[in-house]
Amino acid sequence: MIPTTRLGIARLGVFCLLALPLVLLGVDVWREVAQPGSAFGPDPTEEVLHYLGQWGIRILLLTLAVSPASRLLRKPQLVRFRRMVGLWAFSYIVLHFAAFLLSQAGNSFETILAVTLAKVRFAVVGFYALVMLIPLAITSTRGWQRRLGPGWRKLHRLVYPAAFAAWIHLVWLSKGDFMDPLIYGLVLVLLFGERIVFRIRKERRAAAANAA
Amino acid sequence: MLIKPPTDITPSEITPESVYRSRRRFMRESGTLAAGAATLVGTSAVGLPAEWLAARDVKPGEPIGEQMTSESDATSYNNFYEFGTDKGDPAKYAHELTVDPWTVNVTGEVERPGKIGLEDMLSGIDLEERIYRLRCVEAWSMVIPWIGFPVKEVLGKFKPTSDAKYVEFKTLHRPSEMRGQRSFFSNIDWPYVEGLRMDEANHPLAIFAVGMYGKLLPNQNGAPIRLVVPWKYGFKSVKSIVEIRLMKTQPRNTWNVLQPNEYGFYANVNPNVDHPRWSQASERRFPTTLFRPNRIPTRMFNGYDEVASLYTGLDLTRHF
Ligand code: HEM
Repeated sequence: MIPTTRLGIARLGVFCLLALPLVLLGVDVWREVAQPGSAFGPDPTEEVLHYLGQWGIRILLLTLAVSPASRLLRKPQLVRFRRMVGLWAFSYIVLHFAAFLLSQAGNSFETILAVTLAKVRFAVVGFYALVMLIPLAITSTRGWQRRLGPGWRKLHRLVYPAAFAAWIHLVWLSKGDFMDPLIYGLVLVLLFGERIVFRIRKERRAAAANAA
Repeated sequence: MLIKPPTDITPSEITPESVYRSRRRFMRESGTLAAGAATLVGTSAVGLPAEWLAARDVKPGEPIGEQMTSESDATSYNNFYEFGTDKGDPAKYAHELTVDPWTVNVTGEVERPGKIGLEDMLSGIDLEERIYRLRCVEAWSMVIPWIGFPVKEVLGKFKPTSDAKYVEFKTLHRPSEMRGQRSFFSNIDWPYVEGLRMDEANHPLAIFAVGMYGKLLPNQNGAPIRLVVPWKYGFKSVKSIVEIRLMKTQPRNTWNVLQPNEYGFYANVNPNVDHPRWSQASERRFPTTLFRPNRIPTRMFNGYDEVASLYTGLDLTRHF
């Protein structure tokens, strides 16, 4: 058990690290507003959209990495950071979606709706990912954890299809170059794989215990 | 022999020192080779020195009543996957390309096939400025003052036969100087090829460009010679052309081969036919700012209605 103060410091450190990309973005946005063209190059809206998408998927995968890491490193206390990491992932993704809406400014509401919900498949699957994350963000508090009991764990398994949908989003929007989908896909396979191996081991152990 | 010894070449004020150096190295290393190939068809293999444009009269372009995109935007925001897939990659890495000497190989259904040095290919051709809208399939657009000449003027020199129904254009394939072609993660089948129907290529709006904004083309915009077909999505306007092939049958085009459901052969700008990735009803026109993406409606044939007659009877929804 880590003493509360050390945990507090660690929490603050992780919080600041995850906030850093957003703070840096904020500084650039401020520079850009002060002097257009100074921070993002010729296509600022798109630049911000991509930046937020990149950090969104990185931190989403980081969220998924917390429990495998705690198992592999035998540090169960790591799990205490998971909610914070997950909420940061959600924040970046919501801002990514906001940047998408901003990039659509000038299109009619109907067009934006059609693009997001039907026409553009990478946007549609990204939207599914976002929608799946909403109940997870809402029920991330201790109060909801208590209220939902064992259902909470089940509900939060939604993070797997959400991460998979986010990856499909990336595959479908990539063209000509597959570095990002390959790298993130590999990370996803490792993270899902660890869980499968972990479950199989657990079941074997349980079976062995029953047999004895 | 028009190839000068490397020491005679003066660096132009628009060529960065590093480019100039690598160009000299390339000249030294491949000079004899290129000279050999050139003598084969009796022409030289010199690209376009900076003085070349300075010595020419360029007929000024007609303003189109729309704000011009800034030169810095048009030369720093590029899709030229030969140098990487980020919009900024071409401006960062295209200086690694040697464009002098440059030869173009004209093959296929022509009476006079052969390799020809760029300067010879352009001899006797009048240059003019054309201020065109450039509409990318990714739903952004620019207004750019090109310097060039109608495609048909050059094609005519090689005397296409009556069998020539299509033209294929090929971009340089030189992985040593084009890092995108070396990329392990690229799934593009290099070299990049594009094509036009003969009547499209012969349309007076279709030009080869050798310059923009009053200067020679920067490498990232397709130096030393590129196609500009303003009524089609930008990917049709193939850059850094080394081969022109006249054909009986419709050529393949790179993006169509890669994703046939997304990119067709015609690729005419059409607000009514959506692309699976982008709604084509509107476009973001450069300059854009962070909180004002400057979205404007997209026009049929990018506003070049005069090409409509090329497509009478063609179902543009099916032939997108
Ligand atoms: C879990 C949810 C999501 C994640 C993790 C995510 C992640 C990403 C990533 C990593 C990129 C690539 C950025 C780059 O190429 O540098 C991207 C691009 C993009 N995303 Fe998302 N995204 C999500 C949801 C959405 C949603 C809901 C929308 C809008 C409906 C959206 C719209 C876009 C757009 C328009 C692009 C740029 C596509 C282009 O390059 O043309 N994303 N996203």
